[in-house]
Amino acid sequence: MFKLKCDDFLTYDETTGTYSVSPDQQVRDEVEKSRWKEIGLKILADWRLYLMLVPMVLVYLLWRYAPMYELLTVFKDATTAIDPSERGWYGIENFAQLFNSSSTYYVDFWQSFRNTFILAFYGLLFGFPLPIILALFFNEIRSNIVRSVVQVCVYLPKFMSIVVISSLMITLCGGNTAQGPLAQLLIAICGPESNLALQAQSGLVNSTQYFRAIYIVSDLWEHAGYDSIVFFAAIIAVSPTSYEAAQIDGAGKMQQMRYVVIPSILSTVVIMLIMKIGSLLNVSYEKVFLFVTQGTATSTKDNYQVGATVSVWANRWSATSGGEGVAMAGEMLNNLIGMCLVIGSNMVSRKATDVSLY
Amino acid sequence: MKRRMETSELIFKIVAYVLLIIFALLCVYPFFYALGASFSDGAALDSGNVVLLPMVGNSIGFSIKAYEWAFTNTEFWVAYANTLFMTFFGTIWSLFYSILGAYALSKKRLMGRRGWNFFLVFTMWFTAGVVATYNNYVVTGQAFATIAGQDPGSWQTTIDGKWLIVIAMGMNATNIILLRNSFEGVPAEIEEAARIDGATEMQILTKVYIPMSKATIATVALFFGISRWNGYFWAMRVLGTEASGQPYSWPVQVYLRNFLETYTNIINPTIDEYDQALWDRQYGDYGYAAEACAYAIVVCSVIPILVIYPFIQKYFAKGVNMGGVKE
Repeated sequence: MFKLKCDDFLTYDETTGTYSVSPDQQVRDEVEKSRWKEIGLKILADWRLYLMLVPMVLVYLLWRYAPMYELLTVFKDATTAIDPSERGWYGIENFAQLFNSSSTYYVDFWQSFRNTFILAFYGLLFGFPLPIILALFFNEIRSNIVRSVVQVCVYLPKFMSIVVISSLMITLCGGNTAQGPLAQLLIAICGPESNLALQAQSGLVNSTQYFRAIYIVSDLWEHAGYDSIVFFAAIIAVSPTSYEAAQIDGAGKMQQMRYVVIPSILSTVVIMLIMKIGSLLNVSYEKVFLFVTQGTATSTKDNYQVGATVSVWANRWSATSGGEGVAMAGEMLNNLIGMCLVIGSNMVSRKATDVSLY
Repeated sequence: MKRRMETSELIFKIVAYVLLIIFALLCVYPFFYALGASFSDGAALDSGNVVLLPMVGNSIGFSIKAYEWAFTNTEFWVAYANTLFMTFFGTIWSLFYSILGAYALSKKRLMGRRGWNFFLVFTMWFTAGVVATYNNYVVTGQAFATIAGQDPGSWQTTIDGKWLIVIAMGMNATNIILLRNSFEGVPAEIEEAARIDGATEMQILTKVYIPMSKATIATVALFFGISRWNGYFWAMRVLGTEASGQPYSWPVQVYLRNFLETYTNIINPTIDEYDQALWDRQYGDYGYAAEACAYAIVVCSVIPILVIYPFIQKYFAKGVNMGGVKE
């Protein structure tokens, strides 16, 4: 390798006292120019292909990237002007509010951040093993008809609207009274004098004590069946010869599962686990919003304390005067942490299993 | 030795069957409950008699009062038409730019291919959040109003929010990647042959790539369609409330949610009494059937999905596996 020096392409003319480009560099410039020309010609020849990209890029710029640009207003002072473009730069004041224990937002934000984490953690704890177990069970069903019927049933909730799911969940757990079938069943188990029965009077979903459990159950109900598809596909991809070999070696059904099925789906399990951890903070804001508010940003229910995630919190505070900047700052913080999780988990996945999603 | 194995196998099999069937029943139970409740009368629902079968009072019976209300309720059918509109045009629009974009991205000769892919995938990693996104929709609405020659300040009343929802929402990078992967799987020789025969880029896409990726396109179209049909949050945010918004543009989901909230407010939880006068004022003389009316709406809004669901279910399973892991 050679090091490029000024003398290589500049010649000093002593009579006029000026530098001129040396012939070598002129050639290099020519080559460079023709390369750009070549690229330009290539693009021009393929202009139809680039034209095809335009609608998609436009849509994403306007409604995915423009909001990110909009996010920059968190660094501006909302009090100086209504129009964000006329506001003075503010620095990280909005973020400081989140960490300042005397600020109005402090308790509420960290509570909602904790809620996000807790809901996500329990969702992972219970929501991750269940699809694998379901897939293992599916593998036991030899009759295709029975299996298809069961699969149709368990995938169904995934295709229902969140409004329908949340309202069914709310009414099954008691709505505004203790009359929902699920609430009645739980009361019958716990006894009519129990704490649960008391809470059920105003609906179990509304109670701070049982909200998380109900949310997780509704999440399992919604996603577990559908999430099992990936694992089931991995199980049926196991070659029958592996089973035969194990059988010849005298392995029973349980041993086949232990030594054939589980090792062969392990890589899928690891990848899915890493991906799940990556999207840990993406707790559905739509669903939580439906559970903890009455349909508008500011009308919260009793379970807001334990149910509100960062998005719901931001939605609420953005509706109050002066709260928009802090709301955006909080969300930005949450989403940045989420992004680090995604990228980190992808790197781990690439290192550990040689497969990555992106 | 062998005998013991068989016993354990049998037990495992029985456990698998029983648990799976229980889980499957639990998955569909809420829908049957909704169906049963929609045919019940208010008194039965209020006393908690409905468990599965439709009840009238204390005995099994059949009341179509709720459906009578739902079928004569114009607001509900306007909402239904809005949902159909948003689903139909929204799916077409999303498919249009997704297929074109995915086709371009699938070509190795596209300059800056990695960059374009990153452009797409980055939106899956980082989102601006609900507040900034909402502000952006407001700006979009104002821009639409300006283009239409209206006062941008009052965009919420002058611009039909349906169009904003159709055009500006329902983006899904995963679907584009699914399409791209499927297009990449089409053999290059076929494209070469078509090119030699003088096909243009557009003809290659419509005559070669789209027919060869029919299954994936169907899957992606269904993903888009379902998410449009079920979309709630942004429609609610953009179209606003009954008082300050466009209730005439509400899709079914927003209408349903609003109805549920209104009727739960009518049934006053603190004194556990039913505000008959308020209900009559808002919803006519269907009295105690309020909850049943809500379930009738639920059933009506779910029926289209239930009807097509058994046919499309296998495509979804396929789509998930296609989208699996891909470098």
